[in-house]
Amino acid sequence: MSEQQKNDNLVEIRHLKEYFNVNVGFFKSRPLKAVDDVSFTIKRGETLGLVGESGCGKTTVGRTILNLYKPTSGEIIYDGKPIKSKSDIKGFRKKATMVFQDPYSSLNPRMTVSDIIAEPLDVHDMYKSKEERRERILELMGYVGLNSEHASRYAHEFSGGQRQRIGIARSLAINPEFIVCDEPVSALDVSIQAQVINMFDELQEKLGLTYLFIAHDLLVVRHISDRIAVMYLGKLVELADAKEIYDHPQHPYSKSLLSAVPVPDPKTARANKRIVLSGDIPSPLNAPSGCPFRTRCAYATAKCAEAMPELKEISSGHFAACNIL
Amino acid sequence: MSLLEVKDLRTSFFTDAGEVKAVNGVSFFLDKGKVLGIVGESGSGKSVTAYSIMQILAGTGKIVGGSIKLNGQELVGAGEKVMKDIRGNRISIIFQDPMTSLNPTYTIGKQLMEAILLHTGRNKQEAYDRAVEMLKLVNVNEPEKRMKQYPHEFSGGMRQRVMIAMALACEPDILIADEPTTALDVTIQAQIIELMKDLQEELGMAIIMITHDLGVVAQICDEVIVMYAGSICEQGTADAIFYDPRHEYTKGLLSSIPTTSNDGERLRPITGTPIDLLNMPKGCPFAPRCDNAMKICLRERADSMQIDPCHKAACWINVRDMMKKEGAAGE
Repeated sequence: MSEQQKNDNLVEIRHLKEYFNVNVGFFKSRPLKAVDDVSFTIKRGETLGLVGESGCGKTTVGRTILNLYKPTSGEIIYDGKPIKSKSDIKGFRKKATMVFQDPYSSLNPRMTVSDIIAEPLDVHDMYKSKEERRERILELMGYVGLNSEHASRYAHEFSGGQRQRIGIARSLAINPEFIVCDEPVSALDVSIQAQVINMFDELQEKLGLTYLFIAHDLLVVRHISDRIAVMYLGKLVELADAKEIYDHPQHPYSKSLLSAVPVPDPKTARANKRIVLSGDIPSPLNAPSGCPFRTRCAYATAKCAEAMPELKEISSGHFAACNIL
Repeated sequence: MSLLEVKDLRTSFFTDAGEVKAVNGVSFFLDKGKVLGIVGESGSGKSVTAYSIMQILAGTGKIVGGSIKLNGQELVGAGEKVMKDIRGNRISIIFQDPMTSLNPTYTIGKQLMEAILLHTGRNKQEAYDRAVEMLKLVNVNEPEKRMKQYPHEFSGGMRQRVMIAMALACEPDILIADEPTTALDVTIQAQIIELMKDLQEELGMAIIMITHDLGVVAQICDEVIVMYAGSICEQGTADAIFYDPRHEYTKGLLSSIPTTSNDGERLRPITGTPIDLLNMPKGCPFAPRCDNAMKICLRERADSMQIDPCHKAACWINVRDMMKKEGAAGE
C-alpha cells in the first residue's frame, strides 16, 4: 500500500443531518434537529477540534460519524469510500473508534482491565493465540503508561485519570487510524488532565492517528487541535486553523464564545473587554428560523430570519456562515 | 478585626475505614468587600472548608479543632440556634449544581420568599416585593411571571441566578460560592461571573469563591488560597499566586493548564495521582508527586513562611533559598 495513493482527506462528511423524534404529546412527535446540514473534512494525521456549548450537537456529530446513530441523511466518506452498508460499517469500525467522556461509566465494573482492553480484539477476532492476546494487552498498557501488574485488577481500583488511560488503551486495541475523542479530559482534575492531553499528543506522533476532538474547554481544544470547528444549535458556524480562529474569530458567536473563556491570567482578565451574550441558548426543539444564533446576535437583521447563511470561505482555509461577512 | 477569621481549622470525617482529615489546619482572614478564591483539585478540602464555616457537614463529618470567628463571634461550638441565625442571614452559600439545589415542587417565588420570611421581619407582601426586587437585581426578565413558575421551567443559568437572588435576599456579609459556574456553559459562566462582580461592587459583600478553575479565579478574585490534601500550600494576592508562585504544587498547577503562551509546547503536568487521604504521608503531602522534593520534604511538613506581607507558602524550597541567601550575605 503506497502512501501516495491514500486519500489526503481521511474523513469527509457531507450535509450530515441527524434528527431525533421527540414525543411532545401522546400521539405527536416532532423532530429535534441535533445536527443540521453539517459538512467538513478531517485530513489524515490532523486533529480537528469541535467546540460548542451543551446541546449544540457536537457529541451527536461524533457518534453519527461512527454510525452509532444512523444518519437521517447525508454522507460519511472514509478514506474515499462512502460508508453505507452494514459490511462497510463493520470494516470501518476496525479503523475508527471512540474515547468516551466519563471514565466511571464507560468501563464495565465486572471485567478486569485486561478483558476491557482486549474486548475489541475479541469482537474483531484479531489474535491467533492466547499468548498473542496477552502480549497485545501488555503492549497497549505500555502505550498509555499502565503497569503490567494492573492487568488483572478491576476498574474501581483506579483513579479517574488511570481509568481514562484504560479507556484509551481499549480504543487503541484495534490499531485505529481515526479516533473520536468525546470530551476525554473534562471529567479529570487539572493536573491529571495535562497528563492525558500530553498522552494524546504522543500517541498521535507515534501511531499517526487522526483525531476528532470534541470538548467544551476552549483552552484545551486550542492546545491540541490543528483546526477548530464551532457549532451552535446543530449548525456549523465557523471552521478555521486553531490559531486563526482564536486570533481572528469572524462569526459573532465564535467571537463571544472566545471572549467568554476565562483566561488564567489576572492582568489580561482585568483588561479584557468581554462580549457577554444576553439570554440563553434556545431549545433545539424550537430552534429559530434561519440563522439559529440570530436571537442572541447583536448584528441580526431581517435577512437572518429567512435562511441559514452559507458557509463561505472568507480567507484561505477560514470558513464562516454569517450574513455580515 | 477581619470580617471572618479562620484559625487552624480541622475537620475530619469518621468513616469505617478510619479518620479522613479532610481539612487539616487551615487558617485565613477575609476582609469586608474582598473576593477570596479557594482553588484545589477534587479531595483537596476546599468544599469541606466552606461547609465547616456554615456547619452543614454530612453526618460523619465533624469539626475537631480550630476556630471560626465572624466579626469576633466564635462559631465553632456555638450551637445550632446561633448557626440558624447566621446561615442564610449573615453567611449564604450557593452550590455547584443549580439543577438539584431548588425544590422542584415549589414555585420559585415561594422558595425565594421562604428565606426572606424566615430571616427578616417582613410580612408576606413585603417579602413578595423583596423577592421580585431580587429577581430584577440578578437580571431575570419578567420577574412577576417568573415568581409563579417552577424550577423545571428555568434553564441552568437562570436557576443559578435564582440561587444567587435567594442567597443575597437577606443581604449577607459573606457569600460562599461553591463552584457556582462549573455546571454551566462558557457563555453562561461569563454572565454569572459578571453578575457576581457587579453585585459584589454594588452590595459590598465579601465572597469566598471555591473553584478548581484557575481561569475563574483570575477573573474575579483579589486573594487566592491554594489547597492540597486538606492543607493550604500557598496563599496570597491573585497577582502573587499567578505571577510569582512559591509552592511547587501551585507551579505545577499553573504549568498544567493550556494557555495562549505555551502554544505548540507540551504541557508540563504534575506526575502521579492525587493523594489518598486515609494514607497521608508524614512529610509534605505533595512530596510524593513533587519533582524537586528534598529529603526533608518526606520527613517533615514545612510551616507556612511569609514571603512578603501578603504572600505565604509552605514549601521547604523557600526555606532553602532563604538560607542560601543568608549564607551568601554572611560570608
